[in-house]
Amino acid sequence: MAEPPTSIEDFYRSIAAGRLVAGRCKECGKLLVPPRPLCPNCYSTTFEEVQLKGKGKLVSYTIIHIAPPQFQTMTPYTIGIVELEEGPKLPGIIRSPGDTPLKIGQELTIDFEPQTAQTWPKWPRYFFKPI
Amino acid sequence: MAADHPLEQWLGLTFPGLYALMATAHMHRYGTTEEQMAKVAVKNHRHGAKNPKAHLPKEITLEKALSSRVIAWPLKLYDCSLITDGASCLILTKPETAKKYTDTPVYIVGSGQASDTLSLYEREDLTTLKAASMAAQQAYHMAEVTPQQIDVAEVHDCFTIAEIIAYEDLGFCRRGEGGRLVDEEATSYGGKIPVNVSGGLKSKGHPVGASGVAQAYEIYLQLTGQAEGRQVEGAEIGLTHSVGGSGGTAVVHVYRRCG
Repeated sequence: MAEPPTSIEDFYRSIAAGRLVAGRCKECGKLLVPPRPLCPNCYSTTFEEVQLKGKGKLVSYTIIHIAPPQFQTMTPYTIGIVELEEGPKLPGIIRSPGDTPLKIGQELTIDFEPQTAQTWPKWPRYFFKPI
Repeated sequence: MAADHPLEQWLGLTFPGLYALMATAHMHRYGTTEEQMAKVAVKNHRHGAKNPKAHLPKEITLEKALSSRVIAWPLKLYDCSLITDGASCLILTKPETAKKYTDTPVYIVGSGQASDTLSLYEREDLTTLKAASMAAQQAYHMAEVTPQQIDVAEVHDCFTIAEIIAYEDLGFCRRGEGGRLVDEEATSYGGKIPVNVSGGLKSKGHPVGASGVAQAYEIYLQLTGQAEGRQVEGAEIGLTHSVGGSGGTAVVHVYRRCG
């Protein structure tokens, strides 16, 4: 059996494979997104991998107009915090077709895109979109 | 460290973006408006215009603040504090030693510090800085004063929404009423609880590492009657509220004048 995810590298490796994973603490059951090596709830170091559905509700959002150099070609872009169905929250870029205005509380789902960037950041990307 | 690097920053979230997430949440839950946030900027610039040491000592209009370019919606240029070069210092010592230097020392009577997750997405509630709330409770408890007894306060207005949230975290008003406090001009010079009479980070400036001590310096001036054109008459009890890491850490102090 594969090693359970315990790091940000594990998190992005899964994202590259089109999967959103959490580490579930084997002691207290807390779900950690992204996974990490120590449970902040009970200090346990044993985890198992859980695949999340990637669906949730929008908690808050902002539209970035002035961006760091690496992101300037994307402006304006929307970033929100999504409360996943399984409980944990996750920040992400939100793409709304036709720039439909977002509403707090609306349902979103995750999507993935191939890594094409030639410059930093080279991390695999995920984003959320309205259901 | 000011933000969660491997997740929030790598998504393209900026520092104004973090506070914009708090602003959107506050607007949604409590009906706080962009105009109320802009009024914080107008107030602090009005205050700063009377501070000879302010970085940007000029008044602005509400229209100018509201029509300034969007940085991270709903925050605009005039919702953001400045990036400033500056320095500040204080002499911190025990009361007996202080008397060797001055006949009018200012006493730190309450001190509180608390921390929270650096990552915004992991916080329970985006409409408050829990660390600042906890630090305030500790400081009030140690000082044996209530928020209503504070005569003058310097708060960490890195963004206008941060000042509105600070009112609530410090107990100057109830949760959700920070915007109304601005509308009522309660935190303006001459109001019930003047906040950032120095101009705050918004107009006096934000030389990050020096900002906290600069707040203490302003309260020292206020409690010793040396604040000249911006003196809050008869100020006896002052407060400073300083934040790091977008609420990852917060420090609150309560001060009392000598005699």
